[in-house]
Amino acid sequence: MLLIDCPYCGERPEPEFVHGGQAHLVRPARPADASDQVWADYLYLRANTRGVHAERWRHTHGCGRFFNALRDTTTDQFLATYKVGEAPPAVPAAQART
Amino acid sequence: MMRADVRHSCSDLTMQPFSAMSLLKRGLSGQRGWTAQWRSPEPQPAYDALIVGGGGHGLGAAYYLASEHRMQRIAVLEKGWIGGGNTGRNTTIIRSNYLFPESAALYDHALRMWESLAQALNYNVMFSPRGVLMLAHTVHDAQVFQRHIHANRAAGVDNEWLTPLEAQRFCPLLKIGDIRYPVLGAALQRRGGTARHDAVAWGYARAADALGVDIIENCEVTGIRLDGAGAVEGVETTRGPIRAARIGVAAAGHTSVIMKMAGVALPLESYPLQALVSEPVKPVFPCVVMSNTIHAYISQSDKGELVIGAGTDAYTSYTQRGGLHITSHALEAICELFPMFRRLRMLRAWGGIVDLTPDRSPIIARTPVPGLYVNCGWGTGGFKATPGSAHVFAWTIAHDAPHALNAPFTLERFRDGDLIDEAAAAAVAH
Repeated sequence: MLLIDCPYCGERPEPEFVHGGQAHLVRPARPADASDQVWADYLYLRANTRGVHAERWRHTHGCGRFFNALRDTTTDQFLATYKVGEAPPAVPAAQART
Repeated sequence: MMRADVRHSCSDLTMQPFSAMSLLKRGLSGQRGWTAQWRSPEPQPAYDALIVGGGGHGLGAAYYLASEHRMQRIAVLEKGWIGGGNTGRNTTIIRSNYLFPESAALYDHALRMWESLAQALNYNVMFSPRGVLMLAHTVHDAQVFQRHIHANRAAGVDNEWLTPLEAQRFCPLLKIGDIRYPVLGAALQRRGGTARHDAVAWGYARAADALGVDIIENCEVTGIRLDGAGAVEGVETTRGPIRAARIGVAAAGHTSVIMKMAGVALPLESYPLQALVSEPVKPVFPCVVMSNTIHAYISQSDKGELVIGAGTDAYTSYTQRGGLHITSHALEAICELFPMFRRLRMLRAWGGIVDLTPDRSPIIARTPVPGLYVNCGWGTGGFKATPGSAHVFAWTIAHDAPHALNAPFTLERFRDGDLIDEAAAAAVAH
């Protein structure tokens, strides 16, 4: 079970949270003008990173808010959590084992 | 010159056929004289086709490339040991009662191949069609299952509706009432069942090796080389570069990582999926039982262990382990449905990394890179499809075009809106 540091509430156990998938995906500004390929890539293509992954979590059984996290998918270790709208913090190379 | 060498090494190989007589003879002579069932060759500099991933799907594809398509120089590259990934980590359930005609055709192709696989490979894969019972606990379950049953029967796939009492007669240990979610009925596919997962990898490896396929373990692919025209020309590996004009990737949860080496992004996400086994007990459990709603599935192996499947963890990961609360949840469901198992101790638990597509159907197809083929996206239920998947993947590689059965399972379906949405039939909650 993961221990997740909600930027609003502090460390809480994983069952309080819902995983929200890859972070920083940008919806095409004018979907009607997007080609099928661009739209499909937005809907379905994911980095599926093996290593440091930026992802969304939602503290559903707490503050209810979305936030972002950097987690190493080879160890499940959280490197940072940060609020929506903030840029992902820099990760020291020593921590970012891939 | 090299070709002659390869042929020579193959002719040296004499596969010892298994039969009742050969087993008896070895038994009477103290089981001495058995030899390795496949070679452990050094990689050659070049092959006609490479398969990346030595699980059942990859080994099977190599076998069918050699046996049905008469391809000569084939190698399977496995980063660890064969069958050590999801082939050796799943709960071995086999069924074909998927909702849509495309899926039912593909999975039933596999199920029909399971029925004669031991004979085809001369290797006992212990296929046991003991029946797969899927429990309905809510009105919604009951309606969806009956829809599946009608769709399956229209597609020529057996599936039948049982009342709670009939379900209990089929699986006497099952508690149908006086529980939080009483059993309202069940869908039963009698032709479904289990097989021995390791034996599937070993049987394909042995049969492929006898046809000259090089099975190269401890050989991790670290890069894919493209030529000037953008077609594949080979791979970089931890055991040196290997040239090949056709490369089939069957790397399950690590498919995204491999395909990225060729610049191909896929609609996949990799999640841990956990399973566990109990201490071994005498034969007590006659079938396979699955429950989507309270989430557990269970069968008993021939060794006597209860084999129990849990759900996926919530987050993407490559760690091959998951949270204890996920397995605990599955065990709570098992104890509710089968109270006599409350006193059993669990022996081992493990995780595998499964690659999920958005529509929970596989991708078995050519890719935008000429000569590069992919067989992935089996998600939480690839074992059941092993022979059928391997068979049509070999066809796709050999013909540079899909077999009729995997033609709908393209990469382009996500762009074109031709999804095969099996999220309900895939059974494991995710």
